[in-house]
Amino acid sequence: MKLINLYSLIPMAPLLASVFIGLFGRKLPKQLSHIIPIFGVFVSLLISLYALYISVNGYVFNENLFRWITVGQYDLKIGFLIDNLSAIMMVVVSFVSLMVHIYTIGYMRDDSGYSRFFSFISLFTFAMLMLVMSNNFLQLFFGWEAVGLVSYLLIGFWYQKPTAIHANMKAFLVNRVGDFGFLLGISLILFWFGTLDYYEAFSRINSLSNQNVVLFNQSLSLMTLISILLFIGAMGKSAQIPLHVWLPDSMEGPTPISALIHAATMVTAGIFMISRMSPIIELSDTALSFILIIGSLTALTMGILGIFQNDIKKVVAYSTLSQLGYMTIALGVSSYSLAIFHLFTHAFFKALLFLGAGSVIIGMHHDQDIRNMGNIKKYMPITWITFLIGTLALVGMPFFSGFFSKESIIDAVKLSNHFGSNFAYFCSVAGVFITSLYSFRLYLLVFHGKENWKKNNTSKSIAHHGLKSNQNPHESDWVVTVPLILLAIPSVIIGYLLINQVITTDLINKTVFIASGHDAFLNLADHFHGALSMSIHGFLTLPFWLMVAGFFTAYFIFYKKYIRLTAPKFINTIINARYGFDTLNEKVLAPLVLFFGNILWKFFDIKIIDNILVNGTARLINIFSQTTKKIQTGYVSQYAFFMVLGLLGFASFFIIGWIK
Amino acid sequence: MIVTLSHYLFLAGILFSISILGIFLNRKNIILILMAIELMLLAVNINFIAFSYYLGDLAGQVFVFFILTVAAAESAIGLAIIILIFRNYQSIDVADINRLKE
Amino acid sequence: MMQFTDYLFYFFSSILVLSSLRVITANNPVYSALSLVLAFFSAAGIWLLLHAEFLAIALVLVYVGAVMVLFLFVVMMLDINTETLKKGFWNYLPIALIISGLFIFEIYLVVTDKFFYEAKVLSEDATSNTELLGSVLYTDYLLPFQIAAVILLVAIVSAIALTMYGKKSHKGIDPKDQIRVDKKDRIRIVKMSSGKTK
Repeated sequence: MKLINLYSLIPMAPLLASVFIGLFGRKLPKQLSHIIPIFGVFVSLLISLYALYISVNGYVFNENLFRWITVGQYDLKIGFLIDNLSAIMMVVVSFVSLMVHIYTIGYMRDDSGYSRFFSFISLFTFAMLMLVMSNNFLQLFFGWEAVGLVSYLLIGFWYQKPTAIHANMKAFLVNRVGDFGFLLGISLILFWFGTLDYYEAFSRINSLSNQNVVLFNQSLSLMTLISILLFIGAMGKSAQIPLHVWLPDSMEGPTPISALIHAATMVTAGIFMISRMSPIIELSDTALSFILIIGSLTALTMGILGIFQNDIKKVVAYSTLSQLGYMTIALGVSSYSLAIFHLFTHAFFKALLFLGAGSVIIGMHHDQDIRNMGNIKKYMPITWITFLIGTLALVGMPFFSGFFSKESIIDAVKLSNHFGSNFAYFCSVAGVFITSLYSFRLYLLVFHGKENWKKNNTSKSIAHHGLKSNQNPHESDWVVTVPLILLAIPSVIIGYLLINQVITTDLINKTVFIASGHDAFLNLADHFHGALSMSIHGFLTLPFWLMVAGFFTAYFIFYKKYIRLTAPKFINTIINARYGFDTLNEKVLAPLVLFFGNILWKFFDIKIIDNILVNGTARLINIFSQTTKKIQTGYVSQYAFFMVLGLLGFASFFIIGWIK
Repeated sequence: MIVTLSHYLFLAGILFSISILGIFLNRKNIILILMAIELMLLAVNINFIAFSYYLGDLAGQVFVFFILTVAAAESAIGLAIIILIFRNYQSIDVADINRLKE
Repeated sequence: MMQFTDYLFYFFSSILVLSSLRVITANNPVYSALSLVLAFFSAAGIWLLLHAEFLAIALVLVYVGAVMVLFLFVVMMLDINTETLKKGFWNYLPIALIISGLFIFEIYLVVTDKFFYEAKVLSEDATSNTELLGSVLYTDYLLPFQIAAVILLVAIVSAIALTMYGKKSHKGIDPKDQIRVDKKDRIRIVKMSSGKTK
């Protein structure tokens, strides 16, 4: 079998499964609804692993599958580019997707939309694989929009819940903002480079690197413009400030997709995309600093919000935002390998945390309020252990995978000399403390302490959710716990195994381009002396002690409640308003857009287009017909009269012409 | 005056004009309108035959042949329609037949 | 020098013009039809002068013999009220005269051209006109000839189909009536008490 055919099977298997289950799932036995998609994704995983093997051995696969569209001089093709970067992404996507598929059997067991859900997540797997395997911008954009669509469908999976509908609409609209920037960036690339193929575009970059464009009477470097537009796309998809508002709300969707889409894969598409575009991004210091600052802000501020959440999923969601901020910081200091590496480890432990949270939610009978939990370790031991592993990986405990990626990022920021890297360093180090604080708060409140659901408190707002005071949670099925265990293993070891390859050998670095002068990553390699020594050294660094401090803070304030902190009122207000981004959107931006929309609608659309152009045409024809109708008397003799007149006219016309 | 092609053509023209006049005058009587149309066709046929004779081309006569055929068919159907009209309206006044308008 | 045929032409053409004027002005449609017969006869004479013997005979046989008889048939069959039809007969005379006058004037302009006036007969063929016409009709114009036959057939069929009526002679169902059938034609809903005493 030719490699291209084998590779085309990777996205095709989930797509076929999705279409099949989507069309016939309701008529087939329930088992088939999960067996077929799981098989499809398993096929994808196996071939992805094979692709990773081939690619690690040094073969970069880049072939076109077929020509999609030909427009004028542009040939737009569908093709695959499989290098280390995309192969790693493929493995992450298909592995986490497989885990989520299995997990879903348990989580969605009693849901009426069982087969629909499987159809959607398989479709998502297809779209995400198309995105990462693409060898051109158009296919990237296709995958980009397709994952956005499936995300929209899945956030609103429980479409009878008004909050879910609101959340999916919000996610869709906010992503449109980012996608618009992305589309403009792609259009600029097509316009200036004349191609959408990655390699062809990158090969033409030298002649354009000093190109300037005039925008609003200001000369602007083309590369900066393209980079920032592309990053705006990434900001939407990877939920960076200020386009992050959709991600916390997206937790309205079922937990498996929160793990798959809104933690492990789709939201990292922006990180992947920027890494892929490194030859363009690298040429603009302005764009890099912009990325760096946005990432720093996201990493710190979103982490702080995580401390104040009481919904178990919301805490993990804000943690995701914060970690995405870390990845963006890594992009900003030109350490694409570290961004991808953090993406890689984060995918495992964040999916683990989400699925663990989901397991707790199952145990709590869909009560998500952490104030009603406590001492769950007694009832759900597997969930407890795996969740603890995930937490340790997240906070960056040495030897755990999150430690290696996050520590490397912080080191790279320290070594970087980009504009804004000092601020980024402060944010990332402070972020460690914050991460530790909210992570351990969550962990302690959920798994330790008093069994709060036994108190008959009033915070159980919805009557049919949650445990009664005489019930106890019990451990979930094997379909839930097995994925937890399978995800826990890489969460522990994958960092230790791969850090050496990432930093010293060029596992990912050879697929990205780093301009000379942006050598934070190279310097990092000089300081690196093996995974073991890095781990041991990790116990002595500032981030480690900040992490420990975070733990004790969480322990004393939130768990033992020794110190009752009453935050000043304005801080409370800010936190509750989530820095006011939602308010800004709803009170300022939305009315503004609505205002302009109303002008366009009521004046241009209704008055000019509908009234004058469309109805006007009809009216004109009507008036004309009303007038000409009067000629139609119905009397044959009059028709004959006009015929004769016409004949006379013709005869006269020719005879007059003949006389001349 | 020696008869030339002009005379024949002019005769046909007069005949044609007379039939136009007929259509105007007999605008109510549908049978006479039909007869006037027959006269028109006759005028055209005279034209054709005159040209055929003077130009030595038989095609003109062949055309007349076909025109006669079609005219016969036309008058047959026209008369059938007149009979139908009379059956429905008890009249052949064109002024009564203005249902086309609706 | 005028020849005998020229006199014949003037003779026939004056009859033709007069009879056609009679056609359009006669009080009774029967007179119109008979005048039209006369017009066809004189036209046939003119065609003979133009050496179109076959068509002249065909005109007399087909037109006078069949079509005009048909006209007369119809005119006599229908009970036409000539009085109402004649009402306002001359109302449109001025405009009709203007239009036909213009027409004649335009035709006069054209036919007095030298090309028509000095046109000479190119070749006098010795062969019989009928034979010549037949030879082209059955060779060059075979297909149009067949089509003409079909047109006549269609005319026959349609004329019969249009005029035929009378009592229904077959037991078939008219699709038109079938479509028009309504629910209330078939079902009658009768309100009855259930029989139970209250």
